[in-house]
Amino acid sequence: MTDLLRPRVLGQSPTRVDGPAKVTGTARYAGDQRVSDPAYVHLVQADVARGVLTEVDVSAAQALHGVLAVLTPDNAPRLASTDDAELAAFQSHEVAFRGQVVAAVVARTREIARHAAALVRVEIDQRPHDVHLSADRDDLYAPEKVNGGSATDTEQGDIGTGLAHSPFTLDQTYTTAWYNNNPLEPHTTTALWLDGDLALYESTQGVHTTRESTARVLGLAPERVHVIAPHVGGGFGSKGTVHVHVIIAALAAKAVPGTPVKLALTRQQMFSLVGYRTPTIQRVRLGCDADGRLAVVAVDAVGQTARIKEFAEQTAVPSRTVYAAPNRRTTHRLAALDVPVPSWMRAPGECPGMFGPEVAVDELAIACGLDPVEFRIRNEPDVDPDTGKPFSSRNLVACLREGARRFGWEHRDPAPRARAESGWLMGTGVAASTYPVNRIPGSVATVRCTAPGRYLVSIGAVDIGTGTWTSLAQIAADALGADFTDVEMRIGDTARPRASVAGGSSGITSWGSTVVAAAREFRRTFGDHPAEGAEASAAMPEDDVGEEYAMHAFGAQFAEVRVHADTGEVRVPRLLGVFAVGRVVNPRLARSQLIGGMTMGLSMALHEHSVLDERFGHVVNHDFAEYHIATNSDVPHVEAHWVEEHDPHTNPMGTKGIGEIGIVGTAAAIANAAHHATGVRVRDLPLTLDHFLE
Amino acid sequence: MIPFDYRLAPDVDGAVAAATGWGGVAFLAGGTNLVDHMKLGVAAPEVLVDISRLPLDAVEELPDGGLRIGATVRNSDLAAHPAVRRDYPVLARALLSGASGQVRNLATTGGNLLQRTRCAYFQDLSTPCNKREPGTGCSAIGGYTRQHAILGASAHCVATHPSDMAVAMAALDAQVTVLGTSGRRVIPLVELHRLPGDEPHRDTVLSPSDLITAVELPPLPEGTRSLYRKVRDRASYAFALVSVAAVLRVEDGVVRDVRIALGGVAHKPWRARRAEDVLRGSPVDGSPADEEVFRRAAEAELAGAAPLAGNGFKVPLARNTVVSALRGLSREER
Ligand SMILES: Cc1cc2nc3c(=O)[nH]c(=O)nc-3n(C[C@H](O)[C@H](O)[C@H](O)COP(=O)(O)OP(=O)(O)OC[C@H]3O[C@@H](n4cnc5c(N)ncnc54)[C@H](O)[C@@H]3O)c2cc1C
Ligand code: SF4
Repeated sequence: MTDLLRPRVLGQSPTRVDGPAKVTGTARYAGDQRVSDPAYVHLVQADVARGVLTEVDVSAAQALHGVLAVLTPDNAPRLASTDDAELAAFQSHEVAFRGQVVAAVVARTREIARHAAALVRVEIDQRPHDVHLSADRDDLYAPEKVNGGSATDTEQGDIGTGLAHSPFTLDQTYTTAWYNNNPLEPHTTTALWLDGDLALYESTQGVHTTRESTARVLGLAPERVHVIAPHVGGGFGSKGTVHVHVIIAALAAKAVPGTPVKLALTRQQMFSLVGYRTPTIQRVRLGCDADGRLAVVAVDAVGQTARIKEFAEQTAVPSRTVYAAPNRRTTHRLAALDVPVPSWMRAPGECPGMFGPEVAVDELAIACGLDPVEFRIRNEPDVDPDTGKPFSSRNLVACLREGARRFGWEHRDPAPRARAESGWLMGTGVAASTYPVNRIPGSVATVRCTAPGRYLVSIGAVDIGTGTWTSLAQIAADALGADFTDVEMRIGDTARPRASVAGGSSGITSWGSTVVAAAREFRRTFGDHPAEGAEASAAMPEDDVGEEYAMHAFGAQFAEVRVHADTGEVRVPRLLGVFAVGRVVNPRLARSQLIGGMTMGLSMALHEHSVLDERFGHVVNHDFAEYHIATNSDVPHVEAHWVEEHDPHTNPMGTKGIGEIGIVGTAAAIANAAHHATGVRVRDLPLTLDHFLE
Repeated sequence: MIPFDYRLAPDVDGAVAAATGWGGVAFLAGGTNLVDHMKLGVAAPEVLVDISRLPLDAVEELPDGGLRIGATVRNSDLAAHPAVRRDYPVLARALLSGASGQVRNLATTGGNLLQRTRCAYFQDLSTPCNKREPGTGCSAIGGYTRQHAILGASAHCVATHPSDMAVAMAALDAQVTVLGTSGRRVIPLVELHRLPGDEPHRDTVLSPSDLITAVELPPLPEGTRSLYRKVRDRASYAFALVSVAAVLRVEDGVVRDVRIALGGVAHKPWRARRAEDVLRGSPVDGSPADEEVFRRAAEAELAGAAPLAGNGFKVPLARNTVVSALRGLSREER
C-alpha cells in the first residue's frame, strides 16, 4: 500500500493554467518560437515504395534565389548511429517506403523552400514493392515481444477441447483500418546550433526522450541537446518518439551555420513520416456454456510493420485481461512490408484489440439469448486471468451497471431492427473498455521555496493538451500542503529535471509520484517553514507493490445509433461512457480526456480509414478533406462519467491514467448498436453506409 | 508555391482583357480551390487576375420572377438571400450542405461552378492523371474510386464534379452568362461542364479567358416544390457520394413538371432526363403506389450506370436517394 495523499486540491477542477495564453493566441508552440531570421526547410519525398536512388539533381533548386542549402544522401553528413533506420536521414540510397525523405531544401522563406523542393529531380531505380497485408501470407512472423514489452503469444488450457465442449461457439474475423494520428498541430521543429550545442523547440510528448534519441543519432552528449516544448497541440502517440524530421532539422541547421531553421511537416507528409496505427486482422474464437459462461477466449492478431523497423502492435493483449475463461490463447503475427513505419497511436493494442473481441462477445451473447451487459457480468474474473494476480481494483461490473442505469438500458428490446423513427432504424449497443496502469521509471522533480508559502516545482514533463500544467500543480499543492495558487510549475524543457515520455497514460502516475516524492523530501528536509531558496529533489520511487497486483482501468461504453433506411447513413446521436479510473485529479480535465477519447473512437467507428493504394504504396486520402475525422455534427452528444474507485496500490494519488481508455471499446459499442438497429453485423471498420445499403 | 504575377481586375471588361494572351492565367475569386491547387502544384498560373472585387456581387430579382446571381456573390450570402430561401429552397439547401461556414464565406458563385474535381490522384502530383497531365493515364481506374463516377465516364477519366450548388442549378434550368474575348454569350448550365471523353483536362466548354459574370434562374411556377438531398460519409464537411436536386410540381394527382439532377455520380451535374420522362404525367397521389413510380424512374436513369470496382454501391445508393427525395417532395405537397 502506498502512502496516499490526503486530497484537497485533488478532485477539484481549477481551470487550465495555460488556458488564457492558448485562447488569446499568445502560447508559443514549436513553430511560433521567436528566433532571429530563421530559414525554412521543405522535404522532398520518394514517390515509389521501393527502389534505389540513382540521382538527386539539385541544380535547379540550388539555382533558385533564396535557396541556402539542399541536403541529399550524396552530401549529408554521416550520422553517429543508424540503428534506428527510421531516423537514418540521408544515410543510404535505398528507398524503403513511399514518402521516405530523399532531400531537404533550406531556403529564406517557406515559399521558396517549397518551390525549390518541387524542382529537385529525383531518379529512382524502382524495385517491385509489397504492401499487401493479409492473414494468409506465408511470411508472417512472430515478433520477439509486442509493444509495451508483453509476451507475443500466450496459451492456457486447450482451445480445441474448450470449443468442442461449448454449446455456443464463435469463430469470426474482424478488421480495423489503417489510421493516421492527426494532431491539429503538425510535427514542427525549430532548430539552432550554438557553440556545438543543439537547441530544439519541438512539438513532442517527451523533451528528455527527444534529447536522448537525437543525441544518440547525432553522436552528441545528451546534455548538449536542449529540447523545449512548453505547449504541444496534440500528439496521440505520434510525438511520443522522435521522427526523422527532427534529425533533418538538426542537419539543416548545421548546413546553414548561424541560422536557425524551422521545419513544419505538411498534413500530407504526416501520413508517411510520423507513425500510424497498423491495420489489424483479428481472428476471434469464443465458446461458452448455456449460461453464457466463457470456456474459451482466443484472439489471433495480424498486423503490419515496416521492413526497415519493427513495431508490433499489441492487439491481442487486452483480451488477456477482460473476461474469465479456462481456455485461452493469444498470438501476434506481423507482415514486414514496404510501408511507412507504424508506431503508437492513442491506446495502441487496446484500441484496435477491443474491437474484435467486444463485437464477438455481443454476437455470442445474442446467440445464447443473453443481454450483452449481463453476459459480460457473468464473465467477470476473480483474479487477472492472464497472470493470476489479484487486481489492485477492478470495477468493470460497476461501470456496466451504472452505465446501463444512466443510459436507460433496461427498456431495451433486444430484437434487432425493432425500432424506426422517421426513416431511421434505431439501435443501442454496449462494449467494455480497459487500459493498463503504466508507470515509467526515470523521472526526477525539484521543489523550491521562492517566497514564504510559495513553491516552484520543476520536472521536464510536457503538456500535450491533457492539462499537465494544471494537474501536476494540483498534485504538488496537496503534497506540499500548499494552496494551488501558491504552486508554480516549470515543465516542458530539458533544463528541468528528467521526465519520462507522455505516453501509455503514464504521465500522472509517473510524474505525479515523482512530484509527491520531491515534495515529501522537501518537507522532510525543511519542515513547514522553509527558508526562501530551500530546494529538494527526488526521483520516482521504486514500485514496491506493482509486482503483487494486476493494475488496470476499466469502463463501459453505451452507444445509440441510427441508420437511414434508404441510404444506410450511420449516425451516433448518443454515446455514454462510465469509467473506473481510480481517483480523478481534475474532473474538468478528465472529462475532456474521456470524451475526447470517445469522440476519437466514434471517428474510428464511422469514418477514419487511411486508404492504401497498393499499386503505389501510399495513403491516397492524405488530407483532411478526404481522411474523414468526425465533425461536430457527427458528435451531437457524448457523456463521460466515473464510478468512485479507491485504489491504494497504484500510486500516492490513487490514480490510474485516463488519456487513452476513452478510445477503447467505442467502435465496438457503435458496431453492436448498428447491428441492433439493422440486423446487419459489420466486422470490418469503418461502418460506412455501403455496409447497410439494400 | 511558384512565383506568379498578380493583377487586380479594374472592371469586367478589363478582367477579360487582362486574362487574354497568357499561356497560364486564372481568375482568382474566393481562392478556396485555386490557392489550394497552387500550393499543391496542381495549378501553376503565370498570372492571377483578381476578380473578387468586381461589381458582380449582387443578387437581383428579375421582373419575370427569376433571379440573377452575380459571379462573385459569396456562397453564404446566396444561401441566406430571402428570394433564394423563399423560391429556390433546393439551391439554399445545396449551398448550405457544401464545405464549411468558413469556406462558404469566401467561395463565390463562379468559383463554385468551376471548382475542379476532388479526385485524390488529380491532387497528388506523384500519381499519373490524365486531367492534370494529359496522356499520363488515369490512376483512379483500378484505385480508390469512392468519390468517382458511375455515369458518363470514359476510359480516360472517371472523375466527378464536386459542386453541390451546380447540381441544384442544373435542376433549376439555370443559364450562365459568360464574357469572352468575342463578347457575351449565354450557356445553359447543363451544357457548361463536359463529359471527360478523351479530353478530360477540359472540365468545361469555357476557354481560360472566359469570365463568368452571372447565373440566371428562371422563375418556378406556383406550386413547385424543390429539395436537395446530399448523402456523404460524414454528417458535415464532406463531398457528396450521391446527391439529388429535385424540383416537382404535382397537380390533380399527376406530375406536371419534374426536374432532377444528380451530384457525385458524373463529370458534370447529371440531369436525369430519363427519370424525368418516366415521372412526367405519372399519377402521384401519396399512396404506396408512388414508390413504384419513383423507383422505376430512378432505375430508368441508372440503367446506363457503369460503376467501377469499388463504387458499385453508388448505383443502389443513387436509386434509393432519388426515391427518398421524391417521396419527401410528394409528401411535402400535401
Ligand atoms: C475543405 C473543403 C471542403 C469543401 N466541400 C465542398 C462541398 O461539400 N461541396 C461543394 O460544392 N464544394 C465544396 N468545397 C469547394 C468550394 O465550394 C469551392 O472551393 C468554392 O466554391 C470555389 O469558389 P472560389 O470562389 O473560392 O473559387 P476559386 O478558388 O477562386 O476559383 C476556382 C476556379 O474557378 C475559376 N473562377 C472563379 N471565378 C470565376 C469566374 N467568375 N469566371 C471564370 N472563372 C472563374 C478560377 O480561376 C479557378 O480556376 C469545399 C472546399 C474545401 C476547401
Ligand atoms: S479520374 Fe480523372 S482526375 Fe482522377 S486520376 Fe483519373 S484522369 Fe485524373
